[in-house]
Amino acid sequence: MDRHGAGVTRAARIRGLRKAYGTHLVFDGLDLDVARGERVAILGASGCGKSTVLRCIAGLERADAGTVSTAGEIGLVFQEPRLFPWLDVERNVAFPARTGAERARVASVLALVGLAHAAKRLPKQLSGGMAQRAALARALVREPELLLLDEPFAALDALRRIELRAAVREILALTRASAILVTHDVEDAFALADRIVVLGGSPAEVVYAARADGANRSDVLRALGVGGGGAHAREARGASA
Amino acid sequence: MARLAVPLALFAAWWAATASGIVKSYQLASPHDVLRELLDLARSGLLWRDLGASTERVAAGFAIALAVALILGALVGGSRAAERALDPTLQAIRAVPSLAWVPLILLWLGIGETAKIALVAIGAFFPIYVALVSGIRGVDRKLVEVARIFGLSRFALVARVLVPATLPQLLVGARIGLTQAWLFLVAAELLAATNGLGFLLTDGQQTSRTDEILVAIVLFALCGKLSESAMRLLERRLVGWTDTAPA
Repeated sequence: MDRHGAGVTRAARIRGLRKAYGTHLVFDGLDLDVARGERVAILGASGCGKSTVLRCIAGLERADAGTVSTAGEIGLVFQEPRLFPWLDVERNVAFPARTGAERARVASVLALVGLAHAAKRLPKQLSGGMAQRAALARALVREPELLLLDEPFAALDALRRIELRAAVREILALTRASAILVTHDVEDAFALADRIVVLGGSPAEVVYAARADGANRSDVLRALGVGGGGAHAREARGASA
Repeated sequence: MARLAVPLALFAAWWAATASGIVKSYQLASPHDVLRELLDLARSGLLWRDLGASTERVAAGFAIALAVALILGALVGGSRAAERALDPTLQAIRAVPSLAWVPLILLWLGIGETAKIALVAIGAFFPIYVALVSGIRGVDRKLVEVARIFGLSRFALVARVLVPATLPQLLVGARIGLTQAWLFLVAAELLAATNGLGFLLTDGQQTSRTDEILVAIVLFALCGKLSESAMRLLERRLVGWTDTAPA
């Protein structure tokens, strides 16, 4: 698999990506582009391979074929905070910092995610929402070109989810980073993305793609295979969450 | 206060049994005799000689066990090849009750200091080794992935993720190892020693001095408790971040 710069206009470029686990082919021939500054949401049912795409981009999984090129630094937020339990919030956020400038940025990213008051707390002293904010701050400290968000709200209760989604929306507006958000929640996608891509089928392929401002929910839901919108679809989506 | 109720009751029963003459002094010395023997030993300097000799043996044996366990544990925990080569043998040796090595050690190393320290080291080694290997095996893969995302070098991964993640288990293993070290010290000193707390035990037995035996037992209890408390303090200081430690 090649890894090289995606060029000046793209934050990420994926061509012909293929990944199989044993005999299970997750996807084959997947293409995806993310423009600089663009926020793309990848929607799909659980287990459809959307997280695997992200892991291939991040270099955590080796694709069997195809190319992934990214423009620069990558930040990744997982479904769980994955904070180092022996470091306080501040040191967790400073963990990836390599230069003095990056270390100097720790305080400002902590303020950005609203954790300035909790800098000295250990992970075990944080609520789920705070821990995920700390993980977001850690992903931002190197000022990534591309922010990868893998179901970042999935482990939170409904209220925290809405809160953190709003916070991420503000933060994305303040940074110039491109972002790929993997989620099964249509509301996440509409709240945060410029473009919505739905993965479906097995092996997974893009079954729907549209700009968020031009997409309508019932088309997206239909592409997800949960009926034609309305109360029934919301229920089905809730059940799959 | 509730914690002290049972020890105080036991002490009172001991005192009553010996003071009333129900139990003869050659069967069980009175608290008063034990205290006097302790003070006599302290005044004559023998107490410090025996305490010092035993502590040195435990310290030396434990240090050797810790060093060897760190090396072998890191090898076996860190490399599948080393695990295949070493772990079956070590597990087989571990299955032997450690005191079964005593005759062989005495034949090989004689009855000097080396044999005693070797026996203490054997006793302390396995708890530390087993804890370290399982600690390394049990490091959360998800945290290792975070390190990979940030492009940490192999050395940085070990120093910044694997070592701190393994430390809680290692310290628990070291605490158990230290307890084992005292246990094996008794065995070593009972066999052949001219000083040490174990020597007090055998000397007391040969001269039918239950006060001397009890002094040795009390001192063993104190030393064991002290070293365990020290290890727990170290755990609280170093790995207070674990879920089980108080915040």
